Amino acid sequence: MEYFLQLFLGGLSRGSIYALIALGYTMVYGIIELINFAHGEIYMIGAFMGLIVAGVLTAMGWPTLSILVIALIIAVLYSAAYGYTVEKIAYKPLRGAPRLAPLISAIGMSILLQNYVMLAQTPDFLPFPRLIPDLEFMGPYANFLATSDLFIIITSISVMVALTMFIKFTRMGKAMRATAQNRKMAMLVGVNVDQVISVTFMVGSGLAAVGGVLIASHIGQINFAIGFLAGIKAFTAAVLGGIGSIPGAVLGGLVLGWTESFAAGYISSDYEDVFAFCLLVLILIFRPAGLLGKQRSQKV
Amino acid sequence: MAVANLLGNLKKSAIAALWLAFLTLPVMVIRVDTVEKTVTWRWMHLAYMLVGSFVLAVAWHFLMDRRDRGAANRDSGGGETQSALSLWLENPSVMRPLMAFGLLVAVAFPWVFSMYQTNILISALIYVVLGLGLNITVGLAGLLDLGYVAFYAVGAYAYALLNHHFQLGFWTVLPLGAILGAFFGILLGFPVLRLRGDYLAIVTLGFGQIVRLVLENWSAFSNGPAGISNISRPGLFGVTYGVDQATTYIYYIMLALVVLTIFVTARLKDSRIGRAWLALREDEIACQAMGIDNTRAKLMAFALGATLASLMGVVFAAKTTYINPASFTFMESAMILAIVVLGGMGSVLGVILGAFLLILLPEYMRAFSEYRMLIFGATMILVMVFRPQGLIRAKRKVYKINTEAA
Amino acid sequence: MKSRWFLTVLGVAMAGLMAVGCGGEKKEEKKADAAANATAAAPAKKLVLGVAGAHSGDIASYGLPTLNAAKLVAKELNAKGGVNGMQVEVLAMDDQCKPELATNAATKLVSEKVAIVVGHTCSGPTKAALPIYKDAKVVVMSPSATSTELTQVGNYPNFFRTISYDLIQGKAAAEFAMSELKVKKVAIIHDKGDYGKGFAESAQKTFADGKTVTVALFEGITTGGVDYSAVVQKIKASGADCVLYGGYYPEASKIITQMHKKGVKIHFISDDGVKDDTFIKTAGVDAEGAYATGPQVLADNEVFKKAAADHEKEFGSKPGAFFPQAYAAAQALLNAVAKAGSTDYDKVVAALHSELIETPVGKIKFDAKGDAEGASFSVYQVKNGKYELVK
Repeated sequence: MEYFLQLFLGGLSRGSIYALIALGYTMVYGIIELINFAHGEIYMIGAFMGLIVAGVLTAMGWPTLSILVIALIIAVLYSAAYGYTVEKIAYKPLRGAPRLAPLISAIGMSILLQNYVMLAQTPDFLPFPRLIPDLEFMGPYANFLATSDLFIIITSISVMVALTMFIKFTRMGKAMRATAQNRKMAMLVGVNVDQVISVTFMVGSGLAAVGGVLIASHIGQINFAIGFLAGIKAFTAAVLGGIGSIPGAVLGGLVLGWTESFAAGYISSDYEDVFAFCLLVLILIFRPAGLLGKQRSQKV
Repeated sequence: MAVANLLGNLKKSAIAALWLAFLTLPVMVIRVDTVEKTVTWRWMHLAYMLVGSFVLAVAWHFLMDRRDRGAANRDSGGGETQSALSLWLENPSVMRPLMAFGLLVAVAFPWVFSMYQTNILISALIYVVLGLGLNITVGLAGLLDLGYVAFYAVGAYAYALLNHHFQLGFWTVLPLGAILGAFFGILLGFPVLRLRGDYLAIVTLGFGQIVRLVLENWSAFSNGPAGISNISRPGLFGVTYGVDQATTYIYYIMLALVVLTIFVTARLKDSRIGRAWLALREDEIACQAMGIDNTRAKLMAFALGATLASLMGVVFAAKTTYINPASFTFMESAMILAIVVLGGMGSVLGVILGAFLLILLPEYMRAFSEYRMLIFGATMILVMVFRPQGLIRAKRKVYKINTEAA
Repeated sequence: MKSRWFLTVLGVAMAGLMAVGCGGEKKEEKKADAAANATAAAPAKKLVLGVAGAHSGDIASYGLPTLNAAKLVAKELNAKGGVNGMQVEVLAMDDQCKPELATNAATKLVSEKVAIVVGHTCSGPTKAALPIYKDAKVVVMSPSATSTELTQVGNYPNFFRTISYDLIQGKAAAEFAMSELKVKKVAIIHDKGDYGKGFAESAQKTFADGKTVTVALFEGITTGGVDYSAVVQKIKASGADCVLYGGYYPEASKIITQMHKKGVKIHFISDDGVKDDTFIKTAGVDAEGAYATGPQVLADNEVFKKAAADHEKEFGSKPGAFFPQAYAAAQALLNAVAKAGSTDYDKVVAALHSELIETPVGKIKFDAKGDAEGASFSVYQVKNGKYELVK
């Protein structure tokens, strides 16, 4: 039983990491229906931004917690700016182009950003300072869940709630939903679609940066290539939960995390990804629009 | 007008350069070491970035203007105008000699150029066929397949294993590989019949990953990550060649396969099943209503695409003489997809151009060493932005019915 | 209109590229021919040292340090007047650690008439490229391809390496665990890569032969993963008193940190890919006490100290993975050319087998199979944030 609980909590922490990246992913995905391969790279740049800020502030001798806050803020702002720019360069000129064209420019952007960071910084792995302090009261439970795990779980859930509220109740959120449902119609009723898409990208990229900084601090190392796997996992989680569904992204991430954790624990970690993908195929066969996706009947 | 426009562009470019410089400032300029607690500032990089991005931005705006003006012209002209070049190319009296000339150059190639040139041209030709195969699935039938490389791996491992264990030759395995590929194509096709769009994409991606992971982990079967080495090169009636001759030989095999594939796909496109695929791509429900067997059309598309990929896998294994799972990553699938989309979905000539561009470009950019992938990524974005339809736009066949005669 | 314009530009660009590619090469060949004809009269001015390996893609962090090392060696020798009066030029060939690109890189180097190559980074691509080099009589030396069969099967007399191979490394680690640490039950974890799994399998075999140790767990993990707690729990549940990890430092540091977080404090032994200062940096205090096998890079090895200092000066950072081995490979190759007096294949190979040279991995020459001889091989332990020799 203890073994089961350990695997369950391990899966929970792994799943909430996936969820945190998938949240920003699914948002962009829901609105412009683009498999944004560059999202993982924004996550990576967010992590690098966090590292740079942390490095400068550590050298100046600031206390850890304030470094975490400032690193988070700057990383979010910068990544949002990156998201905005990437959208302007690689996706905006492709509105109205065939559906797969932005997908290819996204792959190009992903290669470009990876190599840019590799050349400007270093190809090596860099140690990332542990910005999340170990809280005292968590001490006895460290065997099950470390403070940073807890931190990530809480963050993903609060981000999920905040995002849902944002989309449900704000003006911008309504505009986003309208754009997601029917872009032309939204334009006709006076929604500034370009602006909505820009904001979506900025919010999504900012969230990626939150993920980047927290996860890098949890794992303790980064390099230029970490975004790729993160992007694939986020994509998987987002589709599993249902494209564009925000609670779905979290659920998808958690299901993915648990599957991998249990598969590794009870069967073999050699095949954890195989089980994850098999589960994905199974779920999609029985629920072709993901766990929480709307099963819309096809209009003829 | 023009001057004002130019000045406006310069101003915009200056702003863009400043913005990019600001954006890249931390990553370009600051390097930190959190263990030693040191910070290095490299301000020179900022200057390079400013100048570089200004030049790029000017070029970008210039090209953008052209593009928008082109689009405006087209809009005012009404409807799709065919470019003069494609009209010219379509004219059989131009096309036929051109094709003959191309073939002649292709045949003479290994005798004129070095082994390196031939070698990378084989790679490009392999990707031409892969692109054409994926073009059937994605371009014609509209089924987004992100795990195409799995079938490539099936063919490669089929040859490698059969050669390793049973000493089967290249020519024996080639048809076997094709059959195996078709089988795997249908195997994947069945579970995904119900899925659409990106859900289909992720399942095929998963399938691709599963195949690679199994090859990586099941050492007893595939020798795991260590791969299989000393795979025989193709022989001819028991004659075996050295590296140089074998390269030329494989080149000709590839050339023949490319010509065959082009012929087959071109004929397929206008066949009954080809029309069914196009209908399927445009509207699945309408397609079904018209009495087309959706299931069959979809499975055919998967199977045919997979067959071609598997054939190429066999050639690939014979060419490199060594394979391991690292050659069959998701990035490879993405590259093949990029060839199809960048070349122009559904267009045979486009796919050929796309394959040449994406495979030969990194080779010829070796002079840039570390910077080549950076340039490569940028090229992909630029081509897509300025040619969203792909290099060559696919044309629908138009049937003209002569009403007067009737 | 637009598409025509675009196609024209594209066509011209492609033609230009082809012309540059082919033309450049043609010229090169002519030049090389001319040089070959003229060698009797006047020595050629350039000696090209090919460096093939992963210079981009996710393995680049193991390939780029090699390029840096070759550049440093070339620079140092050039400052002293070059080799045989020729200036050494480094020609980089990226293979992204993929076999098909490695064959392209190899044929390119052969077309450029390069006679000596440092590379490739990974074993797989090396296996794919070696037949091409062998055919063209090119001497190849890898700083990081550890697959046992590369040298031990004896297929490739033109291949040398400055790193010890999987069989030796795995055996050394396993024997150390048995005789020095007296472990009883061991969990073997690897990264499913060519290198890591090779190490793990060789260690597993040694344990099986030794018969005093049971292997409780043998499993691969996914590289780049965010969480290894499942495997760590499994190690804990297996009751192993030692973890043997085959792979590179990024995953090693993640695993050892998670082990300590979950209260699993048992021996941790790993390979050369972990015996890197970056491991200590990324794992921090958790790295304390971990063991790793590796060639003897003594802190007082003058060559290494100088190479590392040069690297800091030239590139502004500490040298990366496999840097000492790569530095040694470039040194050994160029030294052999100098001793042989030319790039003649047989003479260079003979010189590699006979000439001793002082390198960052010790004073080495190469045995009949192509492995470095004289590079002592030891086990290190992290003590006070530094790798220290234990055996």
